[in-house]
Amino acid sequence: MSATAHAHVDDHADDHGHHHKETFVTKYIFSQDHKMISKQYLITGLIMGIIGIAMSLLFRMQLAWPGESFPIFETLLGRWAPDGVMDANMYLALVTIHGTIMVFFVLTAGLSGTFSNLLIPLQIGARDMASGFLNMLSYWMFFISSVIMLISLFVEAGPAAAGWTIYPPLSALPMAQPGSGMGMTLWLVSMAIFIASSLLGSLNYIVTVINLRTKGMSMTRLPLTIWAFFVTAIIGVVSFPVLLSAALLLIMDRSFGTSFFLSDIFIQGEVLHYQGGSPVLYEHLFWFLGHPEVYIVLLPALGITSEVMSTNARKPIFGYRAMVASILAIAFLSTIVWGHHMFISGMNPFLGSVFTFTTLLIAIPSAVKAFNYITTLWKGNLQLNPAMLFSIGLVSTFITGGLTGIILGDSTLDINVHDTYFVVAHFHLVMGISALYGLFAGVYHWFPKMFKRMMNKNLGYVHFWVTAICAYGVFFPMHFVGMAGVPRRYYENTAFPMFDELTDLNILITIFALIAGAAQLVFLYNFVHSIFYGKPTVQNPWKSNTLEWTAPIEHIHGNWEGKIPEVHRWAYDYSKTLPNGDYVIKDQDFVPQDVPLQEKEEELHH
Amino acid sequence: MTTLLTILVLVLVAIAIWQMTKIFELSQIKADNSQVASDKDNKYNGYLMFAFLIFIYGITIFSFWKYAKFLLPEAASEHGAEYDSLMLWSMVIIFIVQTITQALLHYFGYKYRGEKGKKALFYADNDRLEFIWTIIPVIVLAGLILWGLYTWTNIMDINDEDDPLIVELYAQQFNWTARYGGGDNVLGGANVRMIDINRANVLGLDESDPYSNDDVIVKELHLPVGRKVNFKFRSQDVLHSAYMPHFRAQMNCVPGMITEFSFTPSITTEEMRLNPDVVDKVKRTNAIRAERAANGEPNSDPWEFDYILLCNKICGKSHYNMQMKIIVETEEEYNAWIESQQTFSQLMASMQ
Repeated sequence: MSATAHAHVDDHADDHGHHHKETFVTKYIFSQDHKMISKQYLITGLIMGIIGIAMSLLFRMQLAWPGESFPIFETLLGRWAPDGVMDANMYLALVTIHGTIMVFFVLTAGLSGTFSNLLIPLQIGARDMASGFLNMLSYWMFFISSVIMLISLFVEAGPAAAGWTIYPPLSALPMAQPGSGMGMTLWLVSMAIFIASSLLGSLNYIVTVINLRTKGMSMTRLPLTIWAFFVTAIIGVVSFPVLLSAALLLIMDRSFGTSFFLSDIFIQGEVLHYQGGSPVLYEHLFWFLGHPEVYIVLLPALGITSEVMSTNARKPIFGYRAMVASILAIAFLSTIVWGHHMFISGMNPFLGSVFTFTTLLIAIPSAVKAFNYITTLWKGNLQLNPAMLFSIGLVSTFITGGLTGIILGDSTLDINVHDTYFVVAHFHLVMGISALYGLFAGVYHWFPKMFKRMMNKNLGYVHFWVTAICAYGVFFPMHFVGMAGVPRRYYENTAFPMFDELTDLNILITIFALIAGAAQLVFLYNFVHSIFYGKPTVQNPWKSNTLEWTAPIEHIHGNWEGKIPEVHRWAYDYSKTLPNGDYVIKDQDFVPQDVPLQEKEEELHH
Repeated sequence: MTTLLTILVLVLVAIAIWQMTKIFELSQIKADNSQVASDKDNKYNGYLMFAFLIFIYGITIFSFWKYAKFLLPEAASEHGAEYDSLMLWSMVIIFIVQTITQALLHYFGYKYRGEKGKKALFYADNDRLEFIWTIIPVIVLAGLILWGLYTWTNIMDINDEDDPLIVELYAQQFNWTARYGGGDNVLGGANVRMIDINRANVLGLDESDPYSNDDVIVKELHLPVGRKVNFKFRSQDVLHSAYMPHFRAQMNCVPGMITEFSFTPSITTEEMRLNPDVVDKVKRTNAIRAERAANGEPNSDPWEFDYILLCNKICGKSHYNMQMKIIVETEEEYNAWIESQQTFSQLMASMQ
């Protein structure tokens, strides 16, 4: 296949003149081609995802059958599960690393990294990212941070175990818990590198979208995927550096005796020297990233959904401008709502009022998006491909999970459900499951673009339906656990007789979780099998309008042979008709973006 | 319950098998192997969309029928009643929206499933529709925001009116201690730097502060019913959170600062034990415990309802078992109890 690519490169001198010889290393490892980098992101993200999800299954088993001995615990956790009974510190470590891996490594890097890299150049009509080298660097820093995070699982005293939010003083004092020793140091180092990687990536995405759009591709003709990736990158650039500062100050408190976050501490029989710091300051810094992070995870998923849903509904996305406006509104509001994680942190109650106000405002653009998705389905000709099912599933969980945000965003109501399983259920539905659905939708939809083959649709259907049922099976009843008053991050609930009757419910949740985990094996099989043995794809399998499908199936450096296509219309001319009722192009219900305006066709300003 | 689980698993397995057979069937008589949804796929998945809507409603009804009784009993504090009604109304709104939007989403998924030759409607925008579904959330949310903020301001307005009882809740890995102001109802000064474990000054009270002398330090929280209590929270090591779910009360305990919360208990422990919901809950729980006792399992002692203070901020290994009993009693009972407790100066004297 590389023969074709080379032949092509030789034929077209205008293609930046890529005459260099590609070796295995430059092609598959230190590649600067955005298509290869996106595959690297995807596969690294999926591997991290397998680890993160496996961890959740382990601690779900502990919650359902507390203190019970499982041989699998002993196999996987070794001395952290003597006689197969999970250790309480290990439980906290699993919860912590599960959260870290899923939020940052899977849903930030795995989702946004994969699809921003793949789609930004292809959908805006660019040969590659603005800087291929920075892009490569970004991936390899992500890889290093993943490796460090995994290494931290094997240190003597165990990995970080202070919760994924790593609030000091718990995370700052090795005597407070074993995970706050070497494990936490590695966690912080890994995250610092991760942040650098994310910044390099984001800057690249922003510059590429602003500067490298092809002729005719105005901002209002961009597909919503690109809008989502673009705005996500901006939020990342605004908020990730703040997390870096929090991590650096925490490192100083831990290693150099400063007191940014610590004060008045008496632990294990002695007073520590720290004076004048405040853990609340850390909470502010953490959530200044932490909340926008929710949207860094979610917006790309929503962007993917917009694209997949419109293509498969054979209809334009409803309210394109409103969709763009709500992405911008969500992005802006997301940076001024962080305090809703801190209503009862000891922060001034007046601040709580302000954050309640801004938080509930964010429900408005979210509602607009949900209604616009539903209207996009209305009177469509829905092609229920697996990617489409995951997109519809996303809207469903986004609504279910988003609605409970109205409870949690209200400072009054937050008092009694704060840090309970109600919160766990809420954010897993609204950002965990929804973003994962977005990831799956993206993989099913752009698999042919990435790997030149199709995934098996029937396995895709099995994957979707089992996952969809189990996701609700796990997280819907979990709201009731929270409203019964069960706090998060409890190793077991047996110390409180008032939670005794919840045992059966916890077993039910765990069974759903185990089945859901098994369903992901179907996906993995389908993914790996299809890479090698899938049916070869045609150039535009989903009959889509966007530019990536005008590029040849064969991956070539520079994306298009010859000239880059010029754009003449927006990305959503599906089922557009002429005044006489015929399709714009005869017998074809879609008009790709590079097709010029036809005779008698009315140009609409969306 | 077990039967139910088994049925559920069986149903799921059945669905899986049915789907698998479909795959098999389709792979046999395959004319078109493009891996793009065919009319048949659209039909089946359209039906499944509809079935999924029923599933969502089903699991909602099932959860309410089966698990609504697990929810906390009526609020035992004065502001708690307001909290509960705000919660109820928010929930009502949420479920109305949830029911309607899920119905539309999945019904459209079923109704407009694709067929060859069908024409989708080119419908790109409609300002009026979008205005409507922007303005409706604005109005509803404005109502909720105003109500919530009004309640929040009232709850968080911690003042000294109505002669509140002053109580300090002190958190450490992994237990709670309570300190009362004593006869003068004023807490003596304290700092972790004055902790002297050998002399049992575990809270670091300033022994030279006259207000400290009559402070009462206990491991069980007693509160008189109907009297406002102003809580001051301290932690000596890591973050903790004082969570009193029955009173709809929670506040973090932060090393280096004193945080506050205030509420008025409105139902005594004795009265709460007679609440029909609580009676049922105790009955159910003790049935489970009796079963455990019969099987020789741990945690099998019969249970009697008590209010409880839990730690609700991850604080280390035994976070899951950091609790203190709360007893709400009549003014007389409370006075008799506090009289019987040792004051700080008596404690110090006894340690000499």
